[in-house]
Amino acid sequence: MTDYLVYKLILVAAIFGVTLLIAMYSTYLERKVAAFIQDRVGPDRAGPFGILQPLADGVKFFMKEEIIPNVSNKLLFILGPCIAMVTALMAGVVIPWGGSLIINGQAYSLQITDINIGILYIFAVVSIGVYGIMIGGWASNNKFSLLGAIRASAQMISYELAMGLSIIALIMITGTLSLKDIAAMQGGGVGSEWHLWHIVYQPVGFLIFIICAFAECNRMPFDLPETETELVGGYHTEYSSMKLGFYLFAEYINMFTSSAVMSTLYFGGYNFPFMNDLGLSPNAITIIGTIGLFIKIFLFIFFFMWIRWTLPRFRYDQLMNLGWKALIPLAIVNLAVTGVVMVLLD
Amino acid sequence: MESLSGRSKVVVKKEMTLAERLYLPAIIGGAMITLRHLFKRKSTVKYPEKKREFSAVWRGQHVLKRDEQGRERCTACGLCAVSCPAEAITMTAAERKKGEERLYREERYAAKYEINMLRCIFCGLCEEACPKEAIFLTDRLVPTEFERQDFIYGKDKLVEPVDEPIDVTKRQTAAVLEFKKNKRFAHNK
Repeated sequence: MTDYLVYKLILVAAIFGVTLLIAMYSTYLERKVAAFIQDRVGPDRAGPFGILQPLADGVKFFMKEEIIPNVSNKLLFILGPCIAMVTALMAGVVIPWGGSLIINGQAYSLQITDINIGILYIFAVVSIGVYGIMIGGWASNNKFSLLGAIRASAQMISYELAMGLSIIALIMITGTLSLKDIAAMQGGGVGSEWHLWHIVYQPVGFLIFIICAFAECNRMPFDLPETETELVGGYHTEYSSMKLGFYLFAEYINMFTSSAVMSTLYFGGYNFPFMNDLGLSPNAITIIGTIGLFIKIFLFIFFFMWIRWTLPRFRYDQLMNLGWKALIPLAIVNLAVTGVVMVLLD
Repeated sequence: MESLSGRSKVVVKKEMTLAERLYLPAIIGGAMITLRHLFKRKSTVKYPEKKREFSAVWRGQHVLKRDEQGRERCTACGLCAVSCPAEAITMTAAERKKGEERLYREERYAAKYEINMLRCIFCGLCEEACPKEAIFLTDRLVPTEFERQDFIYGKDKLVEPVDEPIDVTKRQTAAVLEFKKNKRFAHNK
């Protein structure tokens, strides 16, 4: 029992640390990618190539003056960033970060917990994340914040529908909601059972999912909740110091989590091609698989940033049009076609 | 109307095709452009370590030159002030006393000479107008200050030090020297 607890605690701490580390370095990567796309070099003063920049940013956030507006609701004002941060971190619990490591004949799975409704859990947690933004924006008692919060909630609710519908088509194929099972379904090698990644079966579903993921993370073409040109800072206009840092951090953690979910659902998770054909030991396969998963996640994060510096922001009515009039019907059609094909193939 | 440049294009507002309305090809095209920029040579100059070279004809902070014996060349004729389109130059003339021959080249000199660096547009007309080859624009930058008053440069900042003359030959290209040779003011020698 203690063994079990220690193993789980180590795993939780490791994933917590890795998540924070990746979120930290996402800010660095974002600035570098932005700079490179604009033919600049980006931060390069703090340490070699500026790799200490996130630390400098963190120190800056802590040293900044903490301002809580007099007219705000103080409890909710503090609660907002906490909810955003906690829910962002909670989603990583069900993601399978790798297969199982076998130590002393005992298998240790690299997943904190395998809930059999893993996808539903992620959706639930992400939906609660909206409250962080809504409460923060509302408690600020500021028109810009309120507008940003309203936009955020409307946007997230609209896009969650299309996202859920695109996922249902995938779940019809897999027949399970457990992320571990879904990841395991995409593995195998030529010698053993060979399975293709789900992107092959659900390209349209994946397209809808990734567009919705952009909207859910408030990333660039859909970053209307914090449009700096029209809403100052959107829902975090009144925030300063580390509370602002929490909001920004939560955004990067969300990006990391959604990249992990996309990799797991559509791109094979911790599986890599020919994993059973290279004659590797199970532990080696697990470790390489985890590295592979992180490479996939990194590519997705890069993709998020790449698109951010490519596309201009949507207008609000365009955003709603795309969500309700394009993505939801498309998701329903995708769902219907998937069902028909499954029946025909049976 | 006839196009004068021959480069104007007639805008056609046609219905978009399905592929265009999907926007996906356009998005991929845009993404490819940004991806190309990712690997392009960066145009950043890492400033304090590496300074960008000035062009040969760069016009920066002015200098009031001295002659070979260290005497001020300026005679406060006021031609620079008259030629200045920004009205940045003012001066007060004074008469050379006995015993000051080592300081000033001619009987008349500028007791006060001020250039307002906030007004100056660094056009170089003062240099062109000067009959005495006294004022030159150099390749130095005007440093930043906190007060507006500090941008009004007096003789203390403008006249070159006796012991370390400021090099103004960089801008004196062959064409410029040729031009100066034909200047109407031959009394310059």
